[in-house]
Amino acid sequence: MTEGATQVLGERRPREPLLEVKELRVSYGAIKALHGITLSVGKGEVVALIGSNGAGKTSTLRAVSGMVKPAGGRITLAGADVTGLKPNLLVPRGMAHAPEGRGIFLNLSVLENLELGAYLRRDRAEVTKDAEYCFSLFPVLAERRKQQAATLSGGEQQMLAISRALMSRPTLLLLDEPSLGLAPQVVQTIFRILREVNGRGVSILLVEQNAHLALALADYGYVLETGELAMAGPGQELLASPEVRRAYLGE
Amino acid sequence: MSDFVQHIINGLASGTIYALVALGYTMVYGVLKLINFAHGDVMMVGVYLGYGTAFQLGRGSQSSFLGVLLIFLVAMAGCALLGFVIERFAYRPLREKPRLTALITAIGISFALSYGFQLDWVAHLGSASVTLLPGAAPRAFPEIIKPTEWLVFGDRDVVVWNWQVISLGIAVALMVGLQLLVFKTRFGSAMRAVSFDHRTAALMGIPTDRVIATTFMLGSALAAGAGLLYAIKDTAVQPLMGTYVGLKAFVAAVIGGIGHVPGAVVGALLLGLCEEFVVGYTSSSWRDAVAFGFLIAVLLVRPEGLFGRAVAEKV
Repeated sequence: MTEGATQVLGERRPREPLLEVKELRVSYGAIKALHGITLSVGKGEVVALIGSNGAGKTSTLRAVSGMVKPAGGRITLAGADVTGLKPNLLVPRGMAHAPEGRGIFLNLSVLENLELGAYLRRDRAEVTKDAEYCFSLFPVLAERRKQQAATLSGGEQQMLAISRALMSRPTLLLLDEPSLGLAPQVVQTIFRILREVNGRGVSILLVEQNAHLALALADYGYVLETGELAMAGPGQELLASPEVRRAYLGE
Repeated sequence: MSDFVQHIINGLASGTIYALVALGYTMVYGVLKLINFAHGDVMMVGVYLGYGTAFQLGRGSQSSFLGVLLIFLVAMAGCALLGFVIERFAYRPLREKPRLTALITAIGISFALSYGFQLDWVAHLGSASVTLLPGAAPRAFPEIIKPTEWLVFGDRDVVVWNWQVISLGIAVALMVGLQLLVFKTRFGSAMRAVSFDHRTAALMGIPTDRVIATTFMLGSALAAGAGLLYAIKDTAVQPLMGTYVGLKAFVAAVIGGIGHVPGAVVGALLLGLCEEFVVGYTSSSWRDAVAFGFLIAVLLVRPEGLFGRAVAEKV
């Protein structure tokens, strides 16, 4: 079965839609990064976006979170059109984006980074509680709460980036390559925590080069190739598909 | 010995004025990584606003406490507005462009202000005439704070003037206030986040445009205050004063480590002392040579400034 040029595998479990992206196009000057992609994330769902370098994964996340203005298309969050809204206006609508390169404020302490994640919240007591929750997820951060973030290792910075994104109590979490450059053990920890976070009702849109990990976690997945969606399907079915195995799992 | 003490007092006094201007440079650099070369000229505009207000108040009330307060308020509020307009219409559209573009724009605004103010432009509304641009001739700045000797030691060996104490007090209070603002408030952590990475700061929900605009307005208001203190000391106002004082304050900010708030103040005080000693013991012709020589020496030994931290440039 195909939908436009996209090969669609299997059946998607129906869910109430949270994020809907329609015909999204992104250009950087004359360079077209996305040629009109359509995808969705349901409430409580983990959706993975996989693809090789330069396929447009990061551009998709950036357009969704308002970091770049789309050249065309429509983005709907919980039923409201949010196309072209600036990132600071999407945070109060429940979106949190842990960006490419982690985006840690290295000049601030671990705790200050977390508090900035809760910048728009006024419920001080609850913010403190949420910071403690993050510290319980990643105890290594608790030991370093007063330390400058610049002293953290790559894995600890990734943990901080995810924790900081959780501090705004998002309904939709956008993650850009959380496994990049990290030791396998650390990656395991991070993916275990993502599953737990999802279990608490947070929907996740996950961009990954590590297709195996991402699809194993995801309810649904999309394969992006040079700015276009090549395939879509439930995580397990994509994992089992010969094309994906050949192109992304090195078989 | 008493000469030496007197030089220290005078040096600290002129240093505090540099410090207030340098704080504006360093704050704007802190959030935008932009050397706002128009900063000194914004200060000059503030002095003219104060001059105009003093003129309107007249001789009687301009030196009363309320009069002085009003003069400072008008100048500082006017400059905050000017800073907002400059940021909104000159710098914000260039924020995603290479940094050099904004830097050259800053130089352009500096020239536009310092040379624009040399035009004579008087508007006639019926019988009233309103001076819109003052012209190139220097004007005497009114004595809004009457210079009095506050402390006299020995046979006038060492004299501390009231305006010296007042400007030192204002500079220290503002520095402490800024330091508290930056490190103890929500707005301060937003500033530090924007300073490090404004794109990621926006992802936290921080309204980055508003943070940057507010920083500009604060810096410009500080400059206006500093300019008035300078004009009170120098008793003159002219359109090119901003270029001169601004350049000195920029040197002070770089010596202290640009982007570093206490660094700017220490750099400014050192520069003030250094100049004063040179003028006192050699000749006033050497003043600027020594100021810039000091800058070169600091940059050779510590390019990041006295308090700055070396940051590896990302390529």
